[in-house]
Amino acid sequence: MKVMAQMGMVMNLDKCIGCHTCSVTCKQAWTNRSGLEYAWFNNVETRPGQGYPRRYEDQEKAKGGWVRTRAGRLRLKGGSKARRLLSIFSNPRMLNIKDYYEPWTYEYDNLITAPLGQQTPVARPKSLLTGKPMKIEWSANWDDDLGGGPENIEKDPILQKLAEDVTTKVKLAFEETFMFYLPRICEHCLNPACVAACPSGAIYKRAEDGIVLVDQQQCKGWRMCVSACPYKKIYFNHKTGKAEKCTMCYPRLEIGLPTVCSETCVGRLRYLGLFLYDAEKVLAAASIEDEKALYEAQLDLLLDPNDPAVLAAARAEGIPEDWLVAAQKSPVYKLAKVYKIALPLHPEYRTMPMVWYVPPLSPIVDVLTETGHDGEEAGNLFGAIEALRIPIEYLAELFSAGDVDIVTGTLRKLSAMRSYMRDINLGREPRPEIPAAVGMDQESIYEMYRLLAIAKYEDRYVIPAAHSEQAKELENMGCSLDGLDDGQKYGGPFGQASGNPVPVTIENFHIMKDRQTK
Amino acid sequence: MKSLDILLWSVLPYIAIASFGLGLVWRYHYDKFNWTTRSSQIYEGKLLRIAGPLFHLGLFAVIGGHIVGLLIPQSWTDALGLSHEAYHLGAITMGGAAGIATLLGIALLIYRRRTTDTVFAATTKNDKTMYIFLVATLLAGSGATLSSAGVIGEEHNYRETVAPWFRSILLLRPDGALMAQSPLAFRVHAVVGMLLFIIWPFTRLVHAMSAPFGYMFRPSIIYRTRDEQTSAGNRKARPGWERS
Repeated sequence: MKVMAQMGMVMNLDKCIGCHTCSVTCKQAWTNRSGLEYAWFNNVETRPGQGYPRRYEDQEKAKGGWVRTRAGRLRLKGGSKARRLLSIFSNPRMLNIKDYYEPWTYEYDNLITAPLGQQTPVARPKSLLTGKPMKIEWSANWDDDLGGGPENIEKDPILQKLAEDVTTKVKLAFEETFMFYLPRICEHCLNPACVAACPSGAIYKRAEDGIVLVDQQQCKGWRMCVSACPYKKIYFNHKTGKAEKCTMCYPRLEIGLPTVCSETCVGRLRYLGLFLYDAEKVLAAASIEDEKALYEAQLDLLLDPNDPAVLAAARAEGIPEDWLVAAQKSPVYKLAKVYKIALPLHPEYRTMPMVWYVPPLSPIVDVLTETGHDGEEAGNLFGAIEALRIPIEYLAELFSAGDVDIVTGTLRKLSAMRSYMRDINLGREPRPEIPAAVGMDQESIYEMYRLLAIAKYEDRYVIPAAHSEQAKELENMGCSLDGLDDGQKYGGPFGQASGNPVPVTIENFHIMKDRQTK
Repeated sequence: MKSLDILLWSVLPYIAIASFGLGLVWRYHYDKFNWTTRSSQIYEGKLLRIAGPLFHLGLFAVIGGHIVGLLIPQSWTDALGLSHEAYHLGAITMGGAAGIATLLGIALLIYRRRTTDTVFAATTKNDKTMYIFLVATLLAGSGATLSSAGVIGEEHNYRETVAPWFRSILLLRPDGALMAQSPLAFRVHAVVGMLLFIIWPFTRLVHAMSAPFGYMFRPSIIYRTRDEQTSAGNRKARPGWERS
């Protein structure tokens, strides 16, 4: 057993109102630079919908993630190492910027400098890539809230997969449709395909907390990671020619703060905490044959932080004591492993993603309420989960490789919690048979309710800080993003924005010196 | 020997080697961040799909031909019983095919770069300068191939002039007179080629130096601890004004 710590996230989809605050604050913090205008380390997509980048789940096209060979070995879907090295001059699976969208701005200047005329001056859209006027035809959220209707939504790869089975053919008629929001960041996988695909070895998992990062100095821009990531969460900075991705806001985590997307989430639907997992078993778990068993295999990797044997093994690996305490208090461990209501996104990609989702019950409650039933009555809800095949199968395609039972089990727990808590809140006698019906006791279902509904800041984000003995090094840490945004420096003999950032202490020294002499 | 000949065939080669070597070391040390392919595939993929492999694979064949032609002395192939005619026939057919592929590739690449708005907008002055030297080298080299075959001017056996000169440079006993007597196409090719090597470390061509062969032999998943990181993000501060 080799115990490693992994920072993980859980998002409770029932609470997501699709406000995009997480996307916007993330963009302000990380990608408001030239070269990454089109990139959203955090995006929120409406499902059903094509997602961002368009149809990223269609792995037959971009060949992301892993496949299990007939011999039972794991191989990148994009082909063997040799094959991918041979295609290095032009990655046949590489995405085009139009798969995301062509970034643009508006000619705001025209609004104040246009000469007096009959018409009100307009700010025309202008491409940020070419500087020429352009027609806006797609963006990161073009099909937000089912925008564009069937014309756009029918291209959802999951819907198309379901449509092969006639009985689950989704009708996109207004009164029969359903939708929910899916916020996505990098999954910080245990078995990341991007890391395995990088010819330069520039992408790595941080041994301390499992965060997947791109070494900006080592990246040579071979762009293999862009297509290898099945979630398409690695972005090619077209100004610097290097890959960039969600960093899980590691500079914030290191001082005990949650990620920007979590911090600013209006619905408070995100949870951050540690998992302890057995690193030696990851490959075997990702290689098992049955796709539908991948979820269970992934759960089995997560170790019980209260088990003395696990703790002893963790100490032997040098995991600090406060990290072990954090792992014991971890909300993500509780949601994923103890209550088993958080599911990984697309386990069938075999990357062992570490951002988990509590699937939404709302589409089902909504349908029940609309048909005149009591949407929160336990019997109705249980029945509806079984009866409403289309949303359930859709969720199963997202979260359990198509295994309806797994998603149903999760939703039954959530509905049991609602019904059980309703009795308490209305002052009625609590009914122990409701939690019993989903294999839980009253105490644990109440605790689950506390974690999902009440949990305060420090309960949602249990983040052990980096260690104080290392603080001095953190102080002088060059920001990996310094010097990136100066897209203007075309003229220099060595390309744009040459050189390395000046360490903060040196910068401070010069500022101080200037003040002293003046 | 004229002083220009000395300058071109006995001094310039060492300037080129120095600039290439020291330039790469310097850039690796101080400008790792900009050491990249600066790929434009995200803007345009269809033309690149043909042109990229055509150019690069053609170029590898051309480089292979140069290594054989320049480093293996004629006496060795003679000893193997390979006749002069057979050697040249092989060199010209294979070299010609590789040269055509490379030229077609670069022509298509430049066409793509000029006609795709997004790619053109991302082309720096540095790139344009580099393209001039690269294309000039390739064209002069093709001219030299034609010249050695006797298509232009009279047939010339470069293995008696250019190749020994090249080896004399590597052996640090430059014999410029050998090169000075080669046909014009060879001399132009050599000079432009040396200029290309002089600017090489300061252009996007540096990406050739990081061909990722190591990829074949490394484990799939890489772990790094925060402590041992020396680059991006957590890189240790270099000694600056403060002695460390």
